[in-house]
Amino acid sequence: MRAYLIRRLLLIIPTLLIVTVIVFLSVRFVPGSILDLMVAQMGELSGITDLDIDYLRHILGMDVPMHLQYVRWLGVWPQAIDHATAGGQISGIIQGDFGVSLWNSESVLQQLMQRLPVSLELGAMSLIIAWLIALPIGVFSAIRQDTWGDYAGRTFAIVAISVPAFWLGTMVIVYPSILWGWTPPVVYIPLADNVGENLLQFLLPAAIMGMVISGTTMRMTRTMMLEVLRQDYIRTAWSKGLRERTIIIRHAMKNALIPVITIVGGMIPLLIGGTVIIEQIFTLPGVGRLLFNALTRRDYPVISGINVIIALVVLIMNVVVDLAYGWLDPRIQYR
Amino acid sequence: MAIVEKVLEVKDLKTYFYTEEGEVKAVDSLSYYVAKGESVGLVGESACGKSVSSLSILRLIPYPPGVIVGGEILFQGKDLLKISEDEIREVRGNHIAMIFQEPTTSLNPVLTVSLQLSEALQLHRHMDKHTANEEAVKLLKLVGIPDADKRATDYPYQFSGGMQQRIMMAIALSCNPELIIADEPTTSVDVTVQAQLLELIDDLRSQFGTAVIIITHNLGIVARYVDRVNVMYAGRLVETAPTDVIYSEPKHPYTVGLLGSVPRLDLPRKRKLYVIDGLPPHLARLPVGCNFSPRCRFAVDHCREEKPTLDEVGENHLSACFRSGEMKELAAKERED
Amino acid sequence: MAEPITTAPIRSEDVRKRRHWFVDLFTRLWKEKPLATFGGIIVLIMFLTGIFANLLAPYGFNEIILSDRLDAPSGVHWLGADNLGRDLLSRVIFGARISMIVGVAGAGLSVMVNMLIGIPSGFFGGKFDIIMQRFVDAFLCFPPLILYLTIMAILGTGILPVILVLGVSMGIGQSRIVRAAVIGIKENVYVEAARAIGVPTGRTLIKHILPNIMAPILVVFTVGMGRMILAEASLSFLGFGIAPPTPSWGGMLSGTGRTYMLQAPWMVLWPGLALSLVVYGINMLGDGVRDLLDPRLRGGLGRYGAVKRKKPAEVTS
Repeated sequence: MRAYLIRRLLLIIPTLLIVTVIVFLSVRFVPGSILDLMVAQMGELSGITDLDIDYLRHILGMDVPMHLQYVRWLGVWPQAIDHATAGGQISGIIQGDFGVSLWNSESVLQQLMQRLPVSLELGAMSLIIAWLIALPIGVFSAIRQDTWGDYAGRTFAIVAISVPAFWLGTMVIVYPSILWGWTPPVVYIPLADNVGENLLQFLLPAAIMGMVISGTTMRMTRTMMLEVLRQDYIRTAWSKGLRERTIIIRHAMKNALIPVITIVGGMIPLLIGGTVIIEQIFTLPGVGRLLFNALTRRDYPVISGINVIIALVVLIMNVVVDLAYGWLDPRIQYR
Repeated sequence: MAIVEKVLEVKDLKTYFYTEEGEVKAVDSLSYYVAKGESVGLVGESACGKSVSSLSILRLIPYPPGVIVGGEILFQGKDLLKISEDEIREVRGNHIAMIFQEPTTSLNPVLTVSLQLSEALQLHRHMDKHTANEEAVKLLKLVGIPDADKRATDYPYQFSGGMQQRIMMAIALSCNPELIIADEPTTSVDVTVQAQLLELIDDLRSQFGTAVIIITHNLGIVARYVDRVNVMYAGRLVETAPTDVIYSEPKHPYTVGLLGSVPRLDLPRKRKLYVIDGLPPHLARLPVGCNFSPRCRFAVDHCREEKPTLDEVGENHLSACFRSGEMKELAAKERED
Repeated sequence: MAEPITTAPIRSEDVRKRRHWFVDLFTRLWKEKPLATFGGIIVLIMFLTGIFANLLAPYGFNEIILSDRLDAPSGVHWLGADNLGRDLLSRVIFGARISMIVGVAGAGLSVMVNMLIGIPSGFFGGKFDIIMQRFVDAFLCFPPLILYLTIMAILGTGILPVILVLGVSMGIGQSRIVRAAVIGIKENVYVEAARAIGVPTGRTLIKHILPNIMAPILVVFTVGMGRMILAEASLSFLGFGIAPPTPSWGGMLSGTGRTYMLQAPWMVLWPGLALSLVVYGINMLGDGVRDLLDPRLRGGLGRYGAVKRKKPAEVTS
């Protein structure tokens, strides 16, 4: 078990290395004119007009060859002597130094840590809501296969997959406001300040995201449940004279839900993507909004930092999900 | 004919499957009985309706596409096809229990053996959890699981196929049923384990006086363990007789064929094994006459025009063949050729 | 052993007419999957609307009529007008064209990328496959939307970058579907036989592999079209997709759409509704196609202790 865990965590390293290469190349391999654009944009947004491209290139560390930039960013080579925070030292993402924002010189990691709780809360609530919607409907749909209830459940699942979160979110803001003059709060209430109001504020965004991601889970639940219901051991359970309820709950659900719960690994990227849109619509100060702002301002250190950390989170979640699988299913033993 | 106390009587059972290919008559007008404490063999090729007929007894036919369209299944004076869902549940596992073909897939992989054993005890015998678990260990010992008390909390995958089938037997026995239906209980295990399992069934039967239906495609295997043999072909019963009679005086050409195809150690090795030509008919496209007529060596025109009925040909001996009477001579002649 | 004996003559309806599988698919879709057919009709309507947008739209998509600013839906502007007095019906109709182009071109590109990675990876296997799959692994660590946003921010907005980014990214992400299909076919006896008698690799690929992966590819394409349209709309909504004044359904919900959404809710209602309807249609169609092409994903065939059981009284009759 322990050896398995260590092996799995070690396997993250090569993948993560490829991730850093992809991020580095896509963010640094920008067309030359983008620097001009940055100068113009920075001038426009912050009033700095005398910004020199060479100076910009220098503070971005882009005046040295590409491979040197990469090893410095990665943290296996000393930074330039006049580097803003870590002059002459080895300091990169391996050491947890993701650089500073081009705009306000704040540490990328620090900003990220500040925003992370909001996104985690939103993601976790959405996931719980998605399960609360998807699991019962999926199970019901399967045990009442080809009845009107099943058709309704399946239609709901496809609608949930089809309706874009940003439109649903917009409608939920527009119509209650027009009809009853109610608008969701725009000022973020931290969890530490007021638990009740914070949860209330997150409920609507989480419900929308939960609904949108529930479709996939619901279909998966139904398929797995149908698969399980025609297994031999279900026939055995019937032959014992058990009630349908006992058969569904004790004999079928555990078998069906183990794989369903483990696809949460595949849903994490969807959830993270969803937070960008939902945080934007409901003005929640999470990682998604941080990324969005960084993208509009082309704040490259922030963009690359967020991308690497998100990839790391996804990789770790995959390991966690695999472990959960082994814990839920007695047949799987890690060695 | 001696009066016997029947524990189960199947009358004119019809179970059809409605598929894309049309109405499949998996079981058609099947009638037989099982006497108290008796062991009955239900023999036939695969897909001849023997499993479907046994599942029909407990109304375990998957729907769609299967439907029990007619007949009566009399058990303890009640027609199991007419009673309510709650009443049939009371019969399942409690009065009639089943053992299935594939122990590896018939046990729930994510539940412990003791839970799968004790749940029927809790339900039908109204035991509390603790007593049921103790009883479960006793049952596991009874069917010969070593270290039963330690292994009760194991999961099915931790046991071998033969051991899993013993667990299935323990589950079937748990509520002391009047009848156990064993659906090809030994097909998926080793030959050496087969004999052990059949011995165990026989032992338990004499110990508890439970009636047993053993479903199999291998006439040779059951011979020692059953009192009477029912032979099925294409959804219908073609012959029924006490075991020794079936072996000595088969009256239906299909039974003759089945017996001839069993390798026997007591006969000269030079003797060729008998092969029944052709394949069983598609159950959705049965012939007009006798279902066996297309493959039968002795078929005459009459056989292809009308379905024979199951008629008495001896004491406790029924056969569905127009030429039952001449079978002895026909078979002898066949052997000479 | 004698010839197997057929017990009844083979009826003509037992033998399925030999038709091209594609034609067969559509016939079966029509006969067996009414909901998928309904979805297909929605998609067809969207395509026709997109193709004939010029003829259908009462106004130009960027035709500014300042006197009609923020007009509510009426006989003049059926779906209302936006903050510049542009007719919303016309903009939604032209939006169908954008979605259609992005959906078809993007899904087409993704299928090509999918095959470019999946076929060699699955067919040759070995080290090549291992290295390719590590890159695909790394790629899959990025949440799709974040990946699209990041690349779009670097490339800049526009319909061509959107198609390129979405098509290539989705193609890489889904390459495992084709890879798995190729591995499955490669193990078939006829492919082994072809290799054994020395059929050149290229010929084996074209003659044996390609025709047999058409089914999963069709499913990937159909489902991909819906995802493509949704992704484009999300990108445009966030301002990184197709820039105004080009009427993208997603883009119409952002920017000025959001500014005026409380005064003129029709500005955000209709584009989103059209988008949802089209994606719903594509998903229904995709589901039906998948059901017909991949029998493994079909629902169960009956079950024990089913609900709809003939009542005992009916049984004996």
